[in-house]
Amino acid sequence: MHSLMERLLAQGTVVTDGAWGTQLQARGLADGECPDAWNLSHPDQVEAVARDYVEAGSQVILTNTFRANRLTLAGYGLAEQVRAINRRGAEISKRAAAGRARVFASIGPSGKMLFTGEVTEEDWLAAFAEQAEALAEGGADGFVVETLSDPAEARIAVQAARRTGLPVVGSLVFDSGKEKDRTMMGTTPEQAAAELAEAGADAVGANCGLGIAGYVPICRRLRRAVDLPVWIKANAGLPALVNGRTVYATRPEEFAGYVPALIDAGASFIGSCCGTGPEFIRAIRKELSR
Amino acid sequence: MPRYSQLYDAILKGDLKTAVSTTQEALAKGADPENLVAESMVPAMDEVGRRFEANEYFVPELMIAARAMKGALEILRPLLTQKGAKPTGRIVIGTVKGDLHDIGKNLVASMLEGGGFEVIDLGINVSPQQFVEAVKRTNAEMVGLSALLTTTMPSMRTIVQAFKDAGLRDRVKIMIGGAPITQEYANEIGADAFGENARTAVTLARQLMGVC
Repeated sequence: MHSLMERLLAQGTVVTDGAWGTQLQARGLADGECPDAWNLSHPDQVEAVARDYVEAGSQVILTNTFRANRLTLAGYGLAEQVRAINRRGAEISKRAAAGRARVFASIGPSGKMLFTGEVTEEDWLAAFAEQAEALAEGGADGFVVETLSDPAEARIAVQAARRTGLPVVGSLVFDSGKEKDRTMMGTTPEQAAAELAEAGADAVGANCGLGIAGYVPICRRLRRAVDLPVWIKANAGLPALVNGRTVYATRPEEFAGYVPALIDAGASFIGSCCGTGPEFIRAIRKELSR
Repeated sequence: MPRYSQLYDAILKGDLKTAVSTTQEALAKGADPENLVAESMVPAMDEVGRRFEANEYFVPELMIAARAMKGALEILRPLLTQKGAKPTGRIVIGTVKGDLHDIGKNLVASMLEGGGFEVIDLGINVSPQQFVEAVKRTNAEMVGLSALLTTTMPSMRTIVQAFKDAGLRDRVKIMIGGAPITQEYANEIGADAFGENARTAVTLARQLMGVC
């Protein structure tokens, strides 16, 4: 196991962070604006999000770089800013952490699919390697390749991030199939775990999805499939638009109520995803201290 | 039972090579292009849609089946045009302004093409004006709007309004879809239909065109 992972896990269950996008929106990010570009235009606001999580008790915080690969940034006309956005993103989180939390830099999906011919494996490798390198330069302690659906893309992203020598978590979204236990591409937790482990991931996980309840059995299956720590970061259920406002179904205490079940299912890293904020992290910490 | 079961199977399995070769063989044997489409190909895509909806097929199976369908259709299209056959309908499709998610929209576009529709794909981050102009330019009878984000779905209301302002609302049917979209929302903004998934999108498009 990577020495940093060993040190982190020696403390017991590690609390990660919550959502970034919805937090930035609350701070004025406009609809359709690229959140990652705020690392350059509104670094103070981004740092405030990160600091809120550290103060809420996150031991691992992420970075505002989820979309900052060349393929996705190109859609915003920001392909030339890859290096700057990622570097700054890591620096901002590191400064907010101020030694109190570790920074696992976020690498999200490219949004492109291999079998449609819009992207090649080489494109993926180049894009993720470029992103990971810039994040490492900015001081990231590790990486989380997150919210992917395609195990092939996840494998390549993990391999690219591992070139830096830092630990890498690989996390997919399970929200499809009859039992909602597959990725959009039909991948099972067992297949995902095997693929990620083979790519050299230091931990495997599940994030986003359809809420926390469904991620308890997924966590157990990931843990049984491979001998690696499991990372779980569920969202607060699916959003609904009520009177023009986005509302998520799950409240912090309800969310935190699943923490014992997740630990029992083998989770080592626990946090939350879309629709959650620092109050969810506080609730998780409170639950853990009981 | 489809007449050309090899063609039906090739599309169902997403085998582009076999779909193309069996289409050519069938034509060489004197098969009628319209019959091939109606009796073998469309039923195959219907079955693909059914399997997707039943969670037996996932995105990759659906996409390769649509690719095989498209490959076979490309051979037949010139022949169909020669005979004066018209596409089932013409639809302008796109992900709304501010939203860069294209996977769902691509699935719907592929399934519509597989269902015999002519699809004009405007891509992602499409403004209301671009939708209106595309309809004027192509005389499409339908518009398909996609959004993955609750923050971008309000743009659908603006687009419906833009068609009203352009005096085109009566000429086009507007169909919407995406993770946060509901039938209630479609009613609220005055869209003509809400598609829960790529298969329903095809069924609804056929209904809207009166060809179901």
